Amino acid sequence: MRNPILYLFAAVAAVLLAWDLYKVFMVLPDELNQGMIYRIIYFHVPAAMVAFAAFFGSLVASAGYLTTKEMRYDSFSAAAIEVGFVFATVNLVTGSIWGRIIWGIWWTWDARLTSMFVCWLLYAAYLLLRRAIDEPAQRARLSAVLSIFAFTDVVIVWKSIEWWRTQHPGPVLSIRGGGGMAPGMQAPLYWNALALALLATILLVLRMRQEAARREIDSLRRQAYAL
Amino acid sequence: MKFLRPALLIASKDLRSEFRTKETLNASFSFALAILVLFSFAFDPDSDMIRQIAGGLLWMVFAFSSALILNRGFAREVPNDCLDTLIASPVSGAQLFLGKTLANYVLLLLVEAVSLPVFGVFYNANWARRLGPLMLVFVLAAWALAVMGTMFSALTVNLRLRELMLPALLYPALVPALMAAIQLTNLLIAGDTVGKEDQIWFRLLAGFDAIFTLLGLALAETVFVG
Repeated sequence: MRNPILYLFAAVAAVLLAWDLYKVFMVLPDELNQGMIYRIIYFHVPAAMVAFAAFFGSLVASAGYLTTKEMRYDSFSAAAIEVGFVFATVNLVTGSIWGRIIWGIWWTWDARLTSMFVCWLLYAAYLLLRRAIDEPAQRARLSAVLSIFAFTDVVIVWKSIEWWRTQHPGPVLSIRGGGGMAPGMQAPLYWNALALALLATILLVLRMRQEAARREIDSLRRQAYAL
Repeated sequence: MKFLRPALLIASKDLRSEFRTKETLNASFSFALAILVLFSFAFDPDSDMIRQIAGGLLWMVFAFSSALILNRGFAREVPNDCLDTLIASPVSGAQLFLGKTLANYVLLLLVEAVSLPVFGVFYNANWARRLGPLMLVFVLAAWALAVMGTMFSALTVNLRLRELMLPALLYPALVPALMAAIQLTNLLIAGDTVGKEDQIWFRLLAGFDAIFTLLGLALAETVFVG
């Protein structure tokens, strides 16, 4: 991790996360109805935002790969989905913990939970597919196609939730027209989203470098075999 | 028409070779029967229960048994390098994809057409009360299975773990279509009409079909050739 910008990102993310933890746990009061468990929203919602940003990034990179055939787009797409997958897992797990306290159950087949889980399964399949293909150009091509299919599907799954009854709390943030959260409580959520986004960027860049290194090793190995 | 002809040729070639051996059809149909039998142990098949879960049961049977058909679609072309020959022939990727999808579609519809009456006999369900709309559900949802399944079997045909990869990719991707098909089949087998608020499931099915057919046609060349 020699890039100074990455160090800067890491430092900013660390400061933001520490400051946010302080605010969330020491300054903000308990929520009126939910008590202290509501604090999970500060990680639950930003994790979902970061995950979807990453999946969308992979969609764009996949289209980029298919038009240019440049391997760095493939590295970006793979790295974004791996990182997004981790954040999607964080989202599912924190949501499940919150549900246990508030609803009394770990899981319910509510539309939004189901669609997030389906999305998680789709990207798990993407990671499986990548592992199953050895030849780099073929892997890049097929996983780019799958990434485009998966994202389209996620949008449809997401749309169909609005037609199914829903148990998940509606939007509470003012940007989504919710307006159910006090401004003082909302600000740390955005800062946390920024911190997690920085963290995701660092992970993504590191993973992209790994991928580039791996490609180089592969090609050197091939050359060695050819000799 | 110029676009369709090669696709129809490929579809008829596939269907002819399938009807000569009937290997996939037989396997898929006996698998469907086995699942129908297993489900009778999963719950007590009385008439109230059937009304509630008929759609889910039927579409689970179709989704699982269709994986056998979809897997074979391209795998059949692997021996003797038939797939490479098809790709090298003056047929575009989109035409090849459409032909394969059509052949799979016909086979899926056949398995469904045979399994549905068998389901009716085994579970004592009167499924024919709303035959027209029910057929429409089958026609639309089978196309969703065919188009998604053909695309993903094209993606996985050259992999070592072909048979393992297809279900992992296919079933999560089919969730919206299966959800709509189950909802509508439940309604129609219970003898209800599709009300205004349930029309949305038909639209979801039709939209799913249209979007993924277009996406499949657009990306087929990339998948086959690169």
